[in-house]
Amino acid sequence: MTNTAETLEGGRRRTRPRVVPLPLLLPALLGLAFLVVPLIALLVRAPWRTLPDQLTSPEVWEALRLSLLCATAATALSLLLGVPLAWLLARTDFPGRGLVRSLVTLPLVLPPVVGGVALLLALGRNGVVGQWLDDWFGVTLPFTTAGVVVAETFVAMPFLVISVEGTLRAADPRYEEAATTLGASRFTAFRRVTLPLIAPGIAAGAVLAWARALGEFGATITFAGNFPGRTQTMPLSVYLALQTDPASAIALSLVLLAVSITVLAALRDRWLTAP
Amino acid sequence: MTDTTDTPTPLTATTHPQGLDTHLIVDRDTFHLDIKLTAAPGEVLALLGPNGAGKTTALRALAGLAPLTAGHLHLDGAPLAHTPPENRPVGVVFQDYLLFPHLTALDNVAFGPRCQGATKSESRAQAHTWLTRMGLTDHATSKPRHLSGGQAQRVALARALATNPRLLLLDEPLAALDARTRLDVRAQLRRHLAEFEAVAVLVSHDPLDAMVLADRLVVIEQGRIVQEGTPSDIARHPRTDYIAQLVGLNLYKGQADGHTVHLDDGPTITTTEDLTGPVFVAFPPGAVTLFRDRPTGASARNLWHCQVEGLETHGDQIRADLAGELPLAADLTTVAAAELDLHPGAPVWATVKATQTHAYPA
Repeated sequence: MTNTAETLEGGRRRTRPRVVPLPLLLPALLGLAFLVVPLIALLVRAPWRTLPDQLTSPEVWEALRLSLLCATAATALSLLLGVPLAWLLARTDFPGRGLVRSLVTLPLVLPPVVGGVALLLALGRNGVVGQWLDDWFGVTLPFTTAGVVVAETFVAMPFLVISVEGTLRAADPRYEEAATTLGASRFTAFRRVTLPLIAPGIAAGAVLAWARALGEFGATITFAGNFPGRTQTMPLSVYLALQTDPASAIALSLVLLAVSITVLAALRDRWLTAP
Repeated sequence: MTDTTDTPTPLTATTHPQGLDTHLIVDRDTFHLDIKLTAAPGEVLALLGPNGAGKTTALRALAGLAPLTAGHLHLDGAPLAHTPPENRPVGVVFQDYLLFPHLTALDNVAFGPRCQGATKSESRAQAHTWLTRMGLTDHATSKPRHLSGGQAQRVALARALATNPRLLLLDEPLAALDARTRLDVRAQLRRHLAEFEAVAVLVSHDPLDAMVLADRLVVIEQGRIVQEGTPSDIARHPRTDYIAQLVGLNLYKGQADGHTVHLDDGPTITTTEDLTGPVFVAFPPGAVTLFRDRPTGASARNLWHCQVEGLETHGDQIRADLAGELPLAADLTTVAAAELDLHPGAPVWATVKATQTHAYPA
């Protein structure tokens, strides 16, 4: 994989054209502008003077705190369930594995609102599973902070699973074999050998899932609603503020932009340097 | 897996000898492995064969990493054919060692004892003992990527031995090393294998490695045993062209005194290496030149008077089996054999240039 990429890049470098044809250059520049201009606009129109006040208001902090908390909890939940799932997909062979893999990746392409509706039908108070949760444990998920975590996990976990599965496939399974010949059970081999070996991939997947969870809007508002302090995360708060107090919305957006740039910087070595 | 049966013959069922007693049958796609192996404790067995012969499959089956299709596997009398790898008293040194890159040398060696239930400090103490035995005390805290090939090989050996296996498996133990360290490591490995009290099975495609390290060779071709015996036995009497070409080596043990090696049964061999103490000397049959009459011009070194015991044709080569001052095998062309009028019983003079010999510590 890496070799191919290097060879391809080497080839690209050798045959790099000196003159870029106009029919390619124009749309390319347009595409670049299309991606960059909105972000510049955000910076240009930011209420820089009132920004300190905006950002220190309790509502902003409440939303930011809730967002960070829920995104982190969703990432933790994704790690707990997603890493074993990735291992299952990468290391075992069972009938219907391709189908399972498709099901895992489905939330990646599913509109988040649909995900939210589906979650309501599954985990809602009268949902397929939710009614049992309510009857047996008295647990209600919709329109609670826990519901936010559930919605974000649903949307974010596939990113982690795909990332970790790729890392696992690239990792040499013979290390696990070596561990079993030393007396390690398969789980011990996974815990003491495989997990440390794929740690960078897990970290990258976790950051990706965390960023996705932080920005999650559709599934969250559908499944968990929009209650300040309880389920109103930053994206919801931005949307709400835009209708009443645009300056505040811009300020909140700037905070999320800063977080995104930080994430990108954290992943710099892994993705930005890739061809 | 489904029709794997332990069907020991009545004899093994009643006596259950110590050591290894196995009949490995593995079917995989179009490949069929069917070999019987026995080895006593303390014995070093080498599986020798060309690539794709099934050596590594046999090793994986012994380790439990590949399931047996049929046959049986007894180690010290205990049936192991259905035992998962983590419960087999089997240690493996993998071809590229597979040292865990995130653990230090010490923790790599301590991994096995830890899995067997030792506490962290106990397993580390055991690992330390093994590293000391391997002369690696200074590298205990090194990560595998900072170890040289020879050091990594010794850590891998220590890691496998630290589980106190009753069967030690080595997959091409010297293949990952460059030519120079290979000699040193081979001599060290030989010493460690000699100290090992249980059964060792190594896999190699290099006849010299196999001959130096093993007490007994098992030559495998296309999943079947084609020849079995002591190294010198197989070198002198190869039964297939593959063995003749690859295993054809004259191998002797003796005491070196500078450039002269005194063989245990009398004659001496002059070598280019300057060594003292117990050594092996090897040279290929192709390096031997035969004369009908004592060559006058040649120096008297490495000249032996022999007679032809047997002649075998291998491809366009003839291998002469010689007895006399120094029993050896010589390869020559059919033309040369005809010119020398070689026939069983014919007296010949055999010479080998010192530069064609290869001596190394035993």
